Amino acid sequence: MSNNIWVFVQQDDGKIADVSLQLVSKATDLAKDYNKKSGGNAKVEAVLMGDKVKNLAAEVIQYGAEKVFCIEDTRLKNYTPLPYTKVLVELIKEQEPQIILYGATTTGRDVGPRVASALKVGLTADCTELEIGNYESRGESFENILYQIRPAFGGNIVATIVAPEKKPQMATVREGVMKLNNPDPSRKGEIVDVASVVEDSDCLSEIIERVKKEKSVNLTASQIIVSGGMGVGTKEGFDLIADFAKTIGADVAASRAAVDAGFINKDHQVGQTGVTVRPKLYIACGISGAIQHRAGMDESAKIIAVNNDPDAPIFQIAHYGIVGEIGDVIPKLKKAFMAKA
Amino acid sequence: MGLNLVVLVKQVPDTQNITGDAMKEDGTVNRGALPAIFNPEDLYALEAALRVKEEVAGSQVHVITMGPPAAEQVLKESLYRGADTVALITDRKFAGADTLATSYALKCAIEKIGKYDIVFCGRQAIDGDTAQVGPQTAEKLGINQITCVSTIEQIDEDSLIARRSIEGGFEIVKSAYPILVTMTDEGHAPRTSSAIKVMTYKNTKAGDKEIPLWNIDFIGADVEACGLKGSPTKVKKIESVVLKSEELQMVENTDEGINNLMHTLITDHTLG
Ligand SMILES: Cc1cc2nc3c(=O)[nH]c(=O)nc-3n(C[C@H](O)[C@H](O)[C@H](O)COP(=O)(O)OP(=O)(O)OC[C@H]3O[C@@H](n4cnc5c(N)ncnc54)[C@H](O)[C@@H]3O)c2cc1C
Ligand SMILES: Nc1ncnc2c1ncn2[C@@H]1O[C@H](COP(=O)(O)O)[C@@H](O)[C@H]1O
Repeated sequence: MSNNIWVFVQQDDGKIADVSLQLVSKATDLAKDYNKKSGGNAKVEAVLMGDKVKNLAAEVIQYGAEKVFCIEDTRLKNYTPLPYTKVLVELIKEQEPQIILYGATTTGRDVGPRVASALKVGLTADCTELEIGNYESRGESFENILYQIRPAFGGNIVATIVAPEKKPQMATVREGVMKLNNPDPSRKGEIVDVASVVEDSDCLSEIIERVKKEKSVNLTASQIIVSGGMGVGTKEGFDLIADFAKTIGADVAASRAAVDAGFINKDHQVGQTGVTVRPKLYIACGISGAIQHRAGMDESAKIIAVNNDPDAPIFQIAHYGIVGEIGDVIPKLKKAFMAKA
Repeated sequence: MGLNLVVLVKQVPDTQNITGDAMKEDGTVNRGALPAIFNPEDLYALEAALRVKEEVAGSQVHVITMGPPAAEQVLKESLYRGADTVALITDRKFAGADTLATSYALKCAIEKIGKYDIVFCGRQAIDGDTAQVGPQTAEKLGINQITCVSTIEQIDEDSLIARRSIEGGFEIVKSAYPILVTMTDEGHAPRTSSAIKVMTYKNTKAGDKEIPLWNIDFIGADVEACGLKGSPTKVKKIESVVLKSEELQMVENTDEGINNLMHTLITDHTLG
């Protein structure tokens, strides 16, 4: 058995999903930690499949993969469950990695459980942190296994899950949760061609149509975010938020309640059912701080909360709190910024 | 002929409306203090099955849940809405099942029903939010799957066309039977109970012939693959979410207070 750490690299229409590169980055940290603690020699490896995808492997290497297994087959062009599962399961059986990470996307959450079921191994969904550590249970001890840390019960508790007895240990992670390495074009890695095991009889899903539009904003890359909630009051109120954001060079985000109210489109939603962000600064305006919202922004380096209710839960995770009306505080913040910057 | 439709439903604690007293002092969840509800997306799965039944004459809707005896409630609610048969998979030996062991038990139960064409699940259950049981069950049954389905667009005797939500868009996917689909809450709103059916079933209890209890032997499951034994994942530790309020600094809502805040943010290079 090898002790390598794998990432399932998701490509859509010939573009690698951001989350896959974030996971390659995280895998490099895990490998370092594992090797330090165990004295082992775990490598970061990636699996990339699609129609013509070999040209994408270089990018995966830049982020830290030492080896990329490439499987090319026209029947793998778009994701469908059976062919992707078959390719992964066969390769895993042959190579025996110790850890596999998947993005918690509709693709990762479709294929990951099938692979887990086929191999009878564990899979932990939506991890927010991954670590290497020891585990003891009923007199048995396991060294240097994967701690899979995730919120549960609607985000009210954080659980550490382990799957010590069987390899691979597998987890899905949402986009934006893990930090990206700086890509290094000088990095060298091996690209391995793997013959496709897909047969026509595996292709049971026929994709009749596929419609994808680019997101109007990519908040996962934002450094500064001004976010509005129900407290902003109206669609027009969001103009004030957008104007302030523009002044300070920030992107605009929103709570689900604000999105549902039609103040702004869903691409801007932060939280459990929106995007996860970790900017340098997150300014929450008229957001109560429900657990589902916090789940998407509580890793922000600095949080400023503006709310007219001094007891709003958002203040419990904020670094700076301002109690006041949006219509009053935001113009003051803008004025102060223009005077200083 | 008609189609055999199986719906997998779960009773879950209402984690969306957690109040202070639902959390114990030690930070664990006091399940007893949370109302138990029909997993919201499973109601959409049931609705989708009932609609298929209405469209394809002669179809039957079978609802299965695995859980403690109290989970009979979701089966009664399924009967109120129009399920033809229900079954409660319950056995102490299932206790402590993770998604893998759960999907194994569900697979055995589905095969016990016999011939099936479409298995409907919710996309995910709100207690664990894993969205794994559906795909894992499909793999164990050796059948195809379509996850995150908002609506079934077209249906006939041997195949269906579903609209699947993906990031920033959707796919229209066609598959022959047997197929497992997982439903989101974006499609047809679940119907309410029928008054006549409520009258018929309101006194029905688990163990009555309308709500049969299926144990591990009855569904022919291997004990080693069930419950805690069949679960590769273990919970090592549970912590309550600690809010780091001690870091909070209140800023006076005055020109001076806000100017000072801006000064701090600009000098520490957070802004500007
Ligand atoms: C399964 C599930 C998933 C969810 N996913 C998400 C998610 O991804 N993202 C998300 O955000 N939510 C999500 N939610 C919803 C979440 O529970 C909250 O309902 C939502 O975040 C509330 O948004 P809000 O804070 O804008 O609105 P509210 O809770 O209504 O809060 C408005 C706040 O504004 C303040 N306010 C009002 N007027 C003013 C004013 N004039 N000036 C200043 N302050 C003012 C109020 O004091 C209040 O604190 C989810 C819920 C569920 C059940
Ligand atoms: N114990 C169970 N009994 C019946 N169906 C279940 C059970 N657990 C999960 N499911 C089904 O699987 C779906 C996904 O559950 P989960 O993987 O726990 O998020 C649910 O919406 C149900 O349709």
